[in-house]
Amino acid sequence: MFRRTRAIAKKEFKQLWRDKRLLFVILFFPIFLLIIFGYAVNFDVKNIQLAVLDKNNTEVSRDFVNSILSSNYFKLAKQLNNDSEIKETLDKKSAQIVLVIPKDFSKNIHTHKQPAKIQFLIDGVDGNTATIIKNYASAASTKFAIKLQKNLTQKYGVKMSYPVLLEPIFWFNPDLQTTKFLIPGLIAMILIVSSVISVSLSLVKEKELGTIEQINVSSINSFELLSGKSAPYIVVAFFDAILILIVGYIFFDVIVKGNYFFLFISTLIYIISATSMGIFISVISETQQIAFTIATFATLLPSVILSGFIFPIESMPVIIQYLTNITPAKFFIIVLRAIIIRGVGLSAFWMQLIYLILFTLVFMGLAIIISKKQEVK
Amino acid sequence: MYSIEVNNLTKKFGNFTSVDNISFKVNEGEIFGFLGANGAGKSTTIRMLCGILEPTSGDAVVGGYSVVKEPDNVKLNIGYMSQRFSLYNDLTVEENINFFGGVYGLEGNLFDERKNWVLDIANLKGKEKLMTGSLPGGIKQRLALGTAVIHQPKIVFLDEPTSGVDPLSRRNFWELINDLSENGITVFITTHYLEEAEFCNKILLINAGKLIAEGNPQELKTNYLKNDILELECSNPVKAMKILESQNFIDATSIFGNNLHLNVNKNYSNKNQIEKLLISENIQVTGLDKIVPTLEDVFIHLLDKKK
Repeated sequence: MFRRTRAIAKKEFKQLWRDKRLLFVILFFPIFLLIIFGYAVNFDVKNIQLAVLDKNNTEVSRDFVNSILSSNYFKLAKQLNNDSEIKETLDKKSAQIVLVIPKDFSKNIHTHKQPAKIQFLIDGVDGNTATIIKNYASAASTKFAIKLQKNLTQKYGVKMSYPVLLEPIFWFNPDLQTTKFLIPGLIAMILIVSSVISVSLSLVKEKELGTIEQINVSSINSFELLSGKSAPYIVVAFFDAILILIVGYIFFDVIVKGNYFFLFISTLIYIISATSMGIFISVISETQQIAFTIATFATLLPSVILSGFIFPIESMPVIIQYLTNITPAKFFIIVLRAIIIRGVGLSAFWMQLIYLILFTLVFMGLAIIISKKQEVK
Repeated sequence: MYSIEVNNLTKKFGNFTSVDNISFKVNEGEIFGFLGANGAGKSTTIRMLCGILEPTSGDAVVGGYSVVKEPDNVKLNIGYMSQRFSLYNDLTVEENINFFGGVYGLEGNLFDERKNWVLDIANLKGKEKLMTGSLPGGIKQRLALGTAVIHQPKIVFLDEPTSGVDPLSRRNFWELINDLSENGITVFITTHYLEEAEFCNKILLINAGKLIAEGNPQELKTNYLKNDILELECSNPVKAMKILESQNFIDATSIFGNNLHLNVNKNYSNKNQIEKLLISENIQVTGLDKIVPTLEDVFIHLLDKKK
């Protein structure tokens, strides 16, 4: 039995090896995607362009502006001279945030009769970024206010104490690096896209050439055929996964915290589930073109949008949350985040592995049922 | 003991009956020609006999095994080659042979011996490293046949193996088929070329899924064609055909190259009948003789009758 599987796998390897273009795409595509995503998809908000309209223009007001700028998040884009420039600045997007310090700022600070008001005008087109900017701005203002208060109490000889002091620490990813969070999603996406496409194309190609018929009349069974045909692509997918981890380490300092054995086993289970999808697509497609279209559509979008790779599943509407189960990437990402970032054990992700196995069985079952029906036709 | 025994084999696709209740027997070592127009049900029949398509009803025993009950045993005992010469163009000659040898589970000395045999019949000794895609059609065809019988089956099915190959290669290919047959292998072959059918020991003609004629080439010509066939050489065969078709002494006409073949019935008396008619229409008759009918005459006659 293994002799026949080996014959098929050997042939498939040879064909893949000769197809230098495909080989290049399979090996280069993951690195390319990783670097592009790693650098371009970045949710960290830095270098916020700040415009300042300082109507007060005193030592205190300048002190305030400097303390905002000292946080490293803001960069002074320009100084404004009057109100009319505010609208223009925001319209032209020459700043994302405009800080307006009223005339009575220093007077209010010194007299303590009423709080000194300041105004932040934030470009709200990108709501996510706007919220982050607002948080940075209010944190910076609070810091300034506390400093003033401290000075004031000290002047009266009273030692100031804080009733509650917030000290947040980010677990697993202390610097909140986006790339660390993205790498598992990228691995899941790249592996599913490349394995589904390559497996389905290689099977449909045999259909197109008529060589599948030649294989069918031999006494080979479908398990031998499919395992032989998938084996090379499973190996290549593994190679891709290793490549991504190495590139992720070199470029983005991502290290695997957890167990390599579990990482290996779960990746294997995931690739096999992707292969089952590829086999299913090859059964319902007559030409390589159709197979390629279906495979791309069925893997790329769901693995990016529905997998939790970028957008958190918990904040999607309930119906969409159910829909996310159609992509095995969702489950593999949970496994990968558990192993790579959190470094936790099997108890955190065995459910996901079981789901991936079920997914494989369902797609293989469907593929067998449909191909049996086609035969009778 | 027959090599293939087909009993009331029927295949329906929805409402369409592709193969309609056909029965026949094939002797061991025979070259059996299975003829019919495109869509007559030839490939469907072959696929059922190879155990890759389930019959709607009926059964066939191929190499001693039922295609309905034991398709896997059938597959072990047959070779199959399709018109598409299912070889991988991006593999070398040797890799193709290794692949098919591997698929059929060959190994060791037997495999080496068979590999040599395939290289030998395809004239590819010493050219094992050539890319299969670069081979000429005739060589590819021989290599495809070699790989199809690499496991030494008792029966080989050839589905239009000679389509798209030059005449010389076709003749060489038939020599190869004769060799197989002499070694006791049953060759079940379909073809478009009726002159090739003359090489078969036995012929079966099907039309619209039904069996319409059976026998060796000689029997077909004498049993199914009672009329005489005349060959007419004249100055305007197309016009002559139009005129003659409507005559009551002619059953069928057909064009062979520059000549016309006329299928004449009992109302026909002599050559003058035709010559007079054509001369009156200003057509020069340069030759008119009774000939030994070709298989094509027989088939045109049989298919005409069906209409």
